[in-house]
Amino acid sequence: MTKTILQLMIAAALLTPASAAPATAQPMDAAGIVGKMQQAFFSPGDSFRARIKMTLKDVSGGERFRELTMLRVNMPGGDQKYFMYFHAPGDVRRMAFLVYKYAAKESDRWLFIPALNLVQRIAAKDSQSSFVGSDFSYEDVSGRNIGSDTHKLLREEELGGKPCYVVESMPKAAAAYKRKVSWIDKTTFMPLREEYYDVQDQLFREFSAEEIKEIDGIPTAMKRTMKNVKSGHQTVVEFSEAKYRLALKAEDFSERALRNPPGSWIK
Amino acid sequence: MDRSRLLTLPLLALCLPAAAETGALDWHGSVLANYASRLGTTRHDKPPSGDFLLGEERLQLQLSGTAPGGGAGYFAKTDFLRDEANADSAVDVREAYLTYAKGSLDLRAGRQIHTWGVGDLLFINDLFPKNYAALFSGRPMEYLKTGAGSFKASVYSEKASLDIIATPAFEPDQFPTSQSFFLFDPFSQVTNRVESKPRHDLGNVELAARLSRPVLGFDAALYAYRGFFRSPSMEPDSITAPTKLTIVYPRLAVYGASLQGNAAGGVLSFEAGYYDSRQDIAGTDPLIPNSETRFLAGYQRSPWTDFTAGIQYYGEYMQNYSRYVAALPAGLPKQDHLRQLLTLRLTQFLKYQTWKLSLFSFWSPTDRDFYLIPEVSCHVTDELTAAVGANVFGGAHNSTFLGQLDKNDNLYLSMRYEF
Repeated sequence: MTKTILQLMIAAALLTPASAAPATAQPMDAAGIVGKMQQAFFSPGDSFRARIKMTLKDVSGGERFRELTMLRVNMPGGDQKYFMYFHAPGDVRRMAFLVYKYAAKESDRWLFIPALNLVQRIAAKDSQSSFVGSDFSYEDVSGRNIGSDTHKLLREEELGGKPCYVVESMPKAAAAYKRKVSWIDKTTFMPLREEYYDVQDQLFREFSAEEIKEIDGIPTAMKRTMKNVKSGHQTVVEFSEAKYRLALKAEDFSERALRNPPGSWIK
Repeated sequence: MDRSRLLTLPLLALCLPAAAETGALDWHGSVLANYASRLGTTRHDKPPSGDFLLGEERLQLQLSGTAPGGGAGYFAKTDFLRDEANADSAVDVREAYLTYAKGSLDLRAGRQIHTWGVGDLLFINDLFPKNYAALFSGRPMEYLKTGAGSFKASVYSEKASLDIIATPAFEPDQFPTSQSFFLFDPFSQVTNRVESKPRHDLGNVELAARLSRPVLGFDAALYAYRGFFRSPSMEPDSITAPTKLTIVYPRLAVYGASLQGNAAGGVLSFEAGYYDSRQDIAGTDPLIPNSETRFLAGYQRSPWTDFTAGIQYYGEYMQNYSRYVAALPAGLPKQDHLRQLLTLRLTQFLKYQTWKLSLFSFWSPTDRDFYLIPEVSCHVTDELTAAVGANVFGGAHNSTFLGQLDKNDNLYLSMRYEF
């Protein structure tokens, strides 16, 4: 296992020289580390597709499931377009969700409701709202603007045998958390662990990337968990059929795709 | 309902799993139990159907599939229902259509539901058939829209998208009937009534078009419609001593536009349409609606997590108002020159969105009437959803659109299992 991870790290270092700062290099500034983390976690490759299974577990052992296909395409200037198509459960089946995420302004969001054949714009200023009832917020799914927080490099330490930068991020304006501490892998720049603290400075939310696999040469978090420490509720997200650098055109991320998703996208 | 058709269902269900494994066919559905009872019932003067507005069970089956090579597909959704309140069994083909896509062209033919425009439960350029009886008696929201046998062509380009919908057979909107609702009827003494729908002629094919594109980050659209008013007009054989009423759907053309986008931390919407009453251009016929300009402005935002609030202002401005007033027979209620309506929608999700509290309200300062829909719904499991809600109507006059429904307040319950 260790050998595999080491091989992955070497492969990643060879394939993505920009993000392959060796552990012994000059300390990077915190915002630069977070920037590289966002690049590695939210926007690697020009485009991406995965089938996603979400398992929502409550404290008494009850489980609910969400299954969707997600597609992403990167735009010039750091903008992104996302398309999500829901396979299950029944009340959201055939629903589709389109997001234009901008580096400098609020996202545009549209939801397609099949029973009414209705495309509806969704209020944008709810980035903290839960994504389909899970422990992940919209922001956790598509990333938070890097300038919304001030970042500080706290220390460098190993997590699970991997050298990490430990970065603290504090929101400049009111947010769902007072501060966030992230363990960012020095080699892959993947966030391995994140801790969210509330206004009383108590830990209330924990993120962990449990399984990182190389897909098309790109380290990808294939399994990740967000846990609400206070309620015990948690959401496990598992990727399958992940693929990068697809022949996706940005103009296909449109109302047409919401109403008639191309078969090749959602299989 | 035809019994043989019911018998084929279990057989169909047996065949389906095998077919689904080939990947060519996808099948799903739901079972819905839906009940509604009148609130604050009056002991005398009950509508014929009694206190229960709905007592129905529905089995919905959905089949869909695509050709192995892509491009072509089909979708069908049919409800098999039994309504105890109206002692009725029926098969309701909600949707059944074929699709074909090639390059920048999408074609869709068959019974289908169309929705466009930016209003929330307010429709200006969306002139497709609706079932208000379903809304007012507590059926799930999807039953507000009904399918229409139609042909739709959509052409997409980088500059703009064009949708054209042709509907050969006119279907009116469905309103509650005096069988189960208390309603205002200016000709209540006239029982001899005949409905005269537009004939199935080529000249009566309804046409609707939409041209849309983004403009400065907003979704902009232009609309045009040629067809008929979908709400009925009543033509008495004599204004002074009527003995027979003909229910007609006068000719209508509508031209409109809409704009929707992010602004002021929320979503801002505008829509307007000019309703050209083709059979009463001068506005002097009191029995046919006058031409009108309808418009709305809406704003929706999410001030805190899992909570959304939306407000809308809506107006109907009647053209040729003085001619309408001059021609209006004595005894008939007079419409306002500018009818106004405000709506408020509040939605709060709780407990990981398994609970939803919502309130939708209409309030008209000019008609002085209102309509409230409070609802609590709960996802008991991923498959099972239960909802309890109410339809509450009121108004200063029993002749206005919502005021006439004053005595029809009802409480509804729906439970749905989706598979």
